[in-house]
Amino acid sequence: MFAYYFGLALRSLKRNVVLTALMIAAIGVGIGASMTTLTMFRAMSGDPIPQKSTQLFAPQIDNWGPTKQHVVPGDSENFQEQISYFDAMNLMNAHPARRQSAMYATGLALTPANPQLLPFQVGVRAAYADFFPMFDVPFRYGAPWGADDDAARADVVVITPELNDRVFGGANSVGKVLNLDNRDYRVVGVLDKWQPIPKFYDLNNDKYGGGEDLYLPFTKAIDAHMESWGNRNCAGDFKPGWEGRIHSECIWIQFWAELPTAADAAHYRSFLNNYAAEQQRTGRFSWPPHTRLSDVREWLVHQHAVSDEVRILVLVSFSFLFVCLLNAMGLMLAKIMGRSGDISVRRALGANRRAVFSQCLIEAGVIGLAGGLLGLALTVLGLMALRSLLSDEVNRLTHLSATDIGLAVSLGVIATIIAGLYPTWRAVQVQPAWQLKAQ
Amino acid sequence: MLKMTNLSKAYRTEVVETYALRDFSIHVREGEFVAVTGPSGSGKTTFLTIAGLLEEFSGGEYQLDGADVRGLNDNQRSRLRNEKIGFIFQAFNLIPDLNVADNVDVPLRYRGLNAPERRRRIQESLERVGLSARARHYPSELSGGQQQRVAIARALAGTPRLLLADEPTGNLDTQMARGVMELIEELHRDGATIVMVTHDPELAIRAQREVHIVDGQVVDLMAAPRLVAGAHAQL
Repeated sequence: MFAYYFGLALRSLKRNVVLTALMIAAIGVGIGASMTTLTMFRAMSGDPIPQKSTQLFAPQIDNWGPTKQHVVPGDSENFQEQISYFDAMNLMNAHPARRQSAMYATGLALTPANPQLLPFQVGVRAAYADFFPMFDVPFRYGAPWGADDDAARADVVVITPELNDRVFGGANSVGKVLNLDNRDYRVVGVLDKWQPIPKFYDLNNDKYGGGEDLYLPFTKAIDAHMESWGNRNCAGDFKPGWEGRIHSECIWIQFWAELPTAADAAHYRSFLNNYAAEQQRTGRFSWPPHTRLSDVREWLVHQHAVSDEVRILVLVSFSFLFVCLLNAMGLMLAKIMGRSGDISVRRALGANRRAVFSQCLIEAGVIGLAGGLLGLALTVLGLMALRSLLSDEVNRLTHLSATDIGLAVSLGVIATIIAGLYPTWRAVQVQPAWQLKAQ
Repeated sequence: MLKMTNLSKAYRTEVVETYALRDFSIHVREGEFVAVTGPSGSGKTTFLTIAGLLEEFSGGEYQLDGADVRGLNDNQRSRLRNEKIGFIFQAFNLIPDLNVADNVDVPLRYRGLNAPERRRRIQESLERVGLSARARHYPSELSGGQQQRVAIARALAGTPRLLLADEPTGNLDTQMARGVMELIEELHRDGATIVMVTHDPELAIRAQREVHIVDGQVVDLMAAPRLVAGAHAQL
């Protein structure tokens, strides 16, 4: 009977094209608005590294204490987003995790070997060799540098496929040389496409991806006095110059550790507290240990990776969808009540209540399907509009996945069927004697 | 075939109870053609809706084809209606979205018959009413008489035990009405049991038997001959 009811639904929709178009438009606009914001929200709040998000941790150490938090307000637990170079080095040297890396964003001027290409600036991430296996970074050519390169402050780089395309025409560039700030660096690896969104490991800089063209050893960056291109917040005095800065209590380093098991995480927490207690004992901290260890999801929540405005926008969009569905429900009710005669005749000819219920609900589903498809088209238009209105970093989010497409259509069908329940219930109440008595 | 004994139908509001049928008894035998007449508001349509299992009754007994229908649920009533009763409505009540064949198909769909069987029955019933050539036409493309013939074909397709007709010629001009009545008489000659509600005394006398309803009760016209003239005057 499904095919029969489906056919009847199509005939019924053709019967009153204007009413049908209004219903589909109401649902489509609601789905379009809610899917546009939801797509953005999901991309912004999604798990950027689902296979490892429970094994990757960001340690935070309060090195300012309660008296200096007013300089740059921290989060609700008075933690700053980054840590000091001093603490980062102590964590690296203690090596309490399976893998760990201090890191920061910097930048250099690249002079291509090809004289036809002009020099240009590149975004650089200074990190340790563990950065790549810790974050499961895929390689197209070559491999990460090794721990010995970290120790030797080697002139090696790993580059993104985009930079490889730009400078080397996409060829395997491993072993080739890049001139950065008038110094030659050897390419040891070329990444495959890799862009976790949001860029959880450094939410200071371009948190929705991009901004990094190459990677080089953290030790090399420090040795070459490469300035931070991210936020650097300082509380208290520090000596001038590079050495003074890196030995200050300024916070500008991101730090991540890989802790595969819950026991590893618990052990690391103890280590952090012990470390902070030791700093208190030595007189550096005048407050009790105040540390935190957050996995990726906790980290994104702490750092408000998704702004409250976006959450409100999603809420408003879904409220709008609700209003659209109420409108569609009203139109469906009008349509079904206008067909009371037909329903009554069908009842007289042997249709039981379940048959009428099925017929009306399948009709609602067909309307929902059409509304969902229209909503999908409007979502594409909505995302295109966002691209023209918002910054480049948000633009990277505005793409529809197969899941999103399925979600839009399913949402249209399910929401419309729910909205169609009341009109359908009213249809079921139509008495079979109605048409006979109306004559 | 159809037997109602002391049947009553009351419509209740908070303050008043109105009887549309009271102590209503009628017995229609298999193969009979009975005309039900009566003035407006006498209870004819209520009788027809109860006879067609479109409405429940308040008291008394009703046996359809030997089975007591009291207390049946919606599913059982729908199935019984579909299998045993064919309706011919005054306003034809064809579904405008569906063509002639699909209109005739409606009760067969709810019967759950397979496609070849449905096609066979549609073809046969349309041939019976002389409209097999119009199977792909829509109701709006047919005359009133043709539409009523389609409605009759729809009623016949389910091979019902009882045909209930409500003013079957009420919306037709004289010539079309004659054609439809001839078709109904032909169906009766072929063995159908027919109960026809009508205002028209000329149609009523074409039935084998006339049952007159006044104020929700059957009046024995033979026992009260004065009522015959009065009743026909009212009609």
